[in-house]
Amino acid sequence: MAATSMIGAAVKRREDPRFITGHGQYTDDIKLPGMVHMAILRSPYAHARIKSIDTSKAKAMAGVRAVYTGKDLEGKVGNMPPVFIIPDANFKTPAYPVIAIDTVRYTGDQVAVVVADSPAIARDALDQIDVDYEPLPVVVNEEEAVKPGAPQLHSDVPDNVLFHWKIAGGDPDAAFQNAEVVIKERFIQQRLIPNAMEPRSAVARWDPGTGELTIWHTTQNPHITRFVFSLLNGIPENKIRVISRDVGGGFGSKIDTYPSDVVAIFATRDLGLPVKWVEDRRENFVGTIHGRAQTQEAELAATRDGKITGVRVKSYANMGAYTSTGPAAGVPTWLFGLVVPGAYTIPNAQIEVIGAMTNTTPTSAYRGAGRPEASYLIERMVDRLAGELGMDPVELRRKNLIPADAFPYTSATGLVYDSGNYQAALDKALAMVGYDSFRQEQRQQRQQGKYVGIGFSTYMECCGLAPSRLMDDIGFQAGQWEVGTVRLLATGKAIVLTGTSPHGQGEETTFAQIVSDKLGLPIEDIEVVHGDTGAISMGWGTYGSRGNAVGGSAVYLATEKVLEKSKKLAAHLLEAAPEDIVAENGKFFVAGSPGKSFSIQDIALQANLAWNLPDGMAPGLEENSFFDPLNFVFPFGTHICVAEVDAETGETKILRYIAVDDCGVVINPTIVDGQIHGGIAQGIGQALYEHAIYDENGNLITGSMMDYVVPNARQIPFMELDRTVTPAPQTPHGAKGIGEAGTIASTQAVVNAVVDALAPLGIKNLDMPLTPERVWHAIQQARGGSNGH
Amino acid sequence: MRQTIRLKVNGVERQGEVEPRTLLVHFLRDGLNLTGTHVGCDTGQCGACTVLLNGDAVKSCMVLAVQADGAEVRTVEGLAVGDAYHPIQQAFWDLHGLQCGFCTPGMIMAAVGILKRNPNPSDEEIREQLEGNLCRCTGYQNIVAAVRKAASDMQGQPAAQPVGASAAGGASGE
Repeated sequence: MAATSMIGAAVKRREDPRFITGHGQYTDDIKLPGMVHMAILRSPYAHARIKSIDTSKAKAMAGVRAVYTGKDLEGKVGNMPPVFIIPDANFKTPAYPVIAIDTVRYTGDQVAVVVADSPAIARDALDQIDVDYEPLPVVVNEEEAVKPGAPQLHSDVPDNVLFHWKIAGGDPDAAFQNAEVVIKERFIQQRLIPNAMEPRSAVARWDPGTGELTIWHTTQNPHITRFVFSLLNGIPENKIRVISRDVGGGFGSKIDTYPSDVVAIFATRDLGLPVKWVEDRRENFVGTIHGRAQTQEAELAATRDGKITGVRVKSYANMGAYTSTGPAAGVPTWLFGLVVPGAYTIPNAQIEVIGAMTNTTPTSAYRGAGRPEASYLIERMVDRLAGELGMDPVELRRKNLIPADAFPYTSATGLVYDSGNYQAALDKALAMVGYDSFRQEQRQQRQQGKYVGIGFSTYMECCGLAPSRLMDDIGFQAGQWEVGTVRLLATGKAIVLTGTSPHGQGEETTFAQIVSDKLGLPIEDIEVVHGDTGAISMGWGTYGSRGNAVGGSAVYLATEKVLEKSKKLAAHLLEAAPEDIVAENGKFFVAGSPGKSFSIQDIALQANLAWNLPDGMAPGLEENSFFDPLNFVFPFGTHICVAEVDAETGETKILRYIAVDDCGVVINPTIVDGQIHGGIAQGIGQALYEHAIYDENGNLITGSMMDYVVPNARQIPFMELDRTVTPAPQTPHGAKGIGEAGTIASTQAVVNAVVDALAPLGIKNLDMPLTPERVWHAIQQARGGSNGH
Repeated sequence: MRQTIRLKVNGVERQGEVEPRTLLVHFLRDGLNLTGTHVGCDTGQCGACTVLLNGDAVKSCMVLAVQADGAEVRTVEGLAVGDAYHPIQQAFWDLHGLQCGFCTPGMIMAAVGILKRNPNPSDEEIREQLEGNLCRCTGYQNIVAAVRKAASDMQGQPAAQPVGASAAGGASGE
């Protein structure tokens, strides 16, 4: 182990020089000789029968190479498969063709595809395709969709119920029968649009000589898409290379494999030319997955003195028109159910989720996926209960938080929380905000007519997706382990391979830190390679806050193996026993005799030359490690928002935002802070600004950045961060995950603050986003006025 | 109906044939292979395509290539001098002002424009003037800190303590 630890060091990111100079290589930057361009005709109707499609005019245009409809591809490419099939849920698998064949089911559904010599010609040709639609009745709301008589989307999905599952732990019925207090509330998790800044795109190249397909595309998990392409396009998995080196954000939306990419692969094989497809932003709004979109009925049972005894939830999850080839029903609903009890000792729980098909863009995992929906629910309910009981929300939380000595803690839903000290994080956050004096100041402000409130979120979450066995239990159709490879070259430089696929998370830096720390190699000499199935044997990608917890762990273990072999070789060269060898700062020497040593670079050279290896030692210095943990990891913390509402305009201003997060051992504090910042910003986006709205005809009326608020620099406050460190017991480096925590924690902190600010008016709940208009109306209603005058 | 345009890009005279409808950003990316300038939206909201046009920060998706005929354009590729990064590039790197990097070229070019107009902006002024540049990764905190640090560096003064760093981050950054 190196004396100067790289673990916890604020190393500047190694990936940044290419980005700040404009030399990143995103998919749209790829240009190949002879490349042609694809554009997609998307349905303007949310639900319609396709009576006929006339592509003759488009096909006759100069520069148009091909036009494909669903019928052209029928039987030649497979349907999009579901990736999660939740067990015991009567899960349906309606057909999801890559291009609609006779029916379109949402605005944006693929109807035809043009390939042409330039992007402009391809777009022009879309206008020359005549489609005769017969509009059908539309349903967009998840509760309406499952009512009798609602328009039906798929003949094999009766009542539009894609799935229906229920889990229970303890005796929830008894808890509610015996409860002294029961709180009921209805929460709407409004639909959100991920809006990664880089739209999706693909460049597909078929090599007729070798029968190999290379596809550069915007994915968070190149090996998973390789598998799906193999299945759908009928190309052996070992003849496909997926490259996704630089990806401009994902937030879950680039987990899914999309029909567009499958068609691009079909086209390059059909035409024998490289094919590029780049989504524009308006297409992204309808053609890339959405998130959240749940309506929840929640109940909390408690004693009068504030002990929570049970939680019951029934949620309608809007799955859109098809089951997307990604997390879809899995993480966003199933993990939702598992973490509903949150950070509290709630012994009885029942969660029921009905997945509804609607004439909307398919939903899947958006940052946090399921856990923001659960965390919001329980944290809002705890505040509601505090209000009902006349208790301070902090006091109520203290009474119910899982105590530090109760870990590992088994929740009512069967999760085993790995480690935690929830009170310590709460205490730290309270000290930062100065809670001791806050309530008194609040009373004074209220006397001055100001509406200032404080909102708490003592959240926990469950991430680091793996273990494969548990993922199988919840219906994931693949594995979730990771493999790390550490290879030392003769020149003493290292290549690290990871199957995770970072797209902003900084793993080129943090994984190099892990290797540097163990081997004493300068970090500049370590290259982390990701996003290329041609170089990396396998991996399941970056999402679910799993990059470091699973992928970093695999790299850590592979590095340990390299260290062990290095010690053996050093022992041979030093004519000593391996157990007597000390490795320190990249030097190997016999304990007590640091004067005579071999450097890690010497060892790498000797291992690669293999002129003088001990008997039985194989040449080279390269190790693999596969890692599949036994459990999820469970980050936690306390977020506090102080907000003021302008009662005249309804506008919310965040006065302070405090976050104390615990993600176990921190490899790089700067990167961790950055992840928290970004996560909080997205959570605040949901609380105050973002809302994907469909009209009754299924038109997305927030279909561009002009109508849908992606928060800007003025809309996000300064954030005050600190942390506690409770190591993860089941990862070798003790790290948990931090990619999603900010989003999971923040939304309810903001809403709780606004509701607290408006408590003197008797306001108990508000639907998100808390736009000035909505808040203003709520204030007017509470004051008894109907029109605000 | 292609037209010939001549312009100076990153100090070099360039010439190209464009359709009248070609946007400046597409000419830069496809015509000149300067792919550092990105396209993030099609409505002028995101600012990923920001470049300097005759010294002013503009969204190159809102300018036709023919409108730039005779103009001087600077893109993110032309910002560093030799091996020396522009102070704004350096500050973005130093203070972790980027994650996925996609909005970064536009952010950096917008920041050049901000500091040209006001060499010593407050945090609030920076936030206000970055309104036209969207970032989905960073929550803006480190971007604002980077612009402020760059402003300070460009005035030859020691950089102020970055506001974006957390107590924990600072303490554990050994």
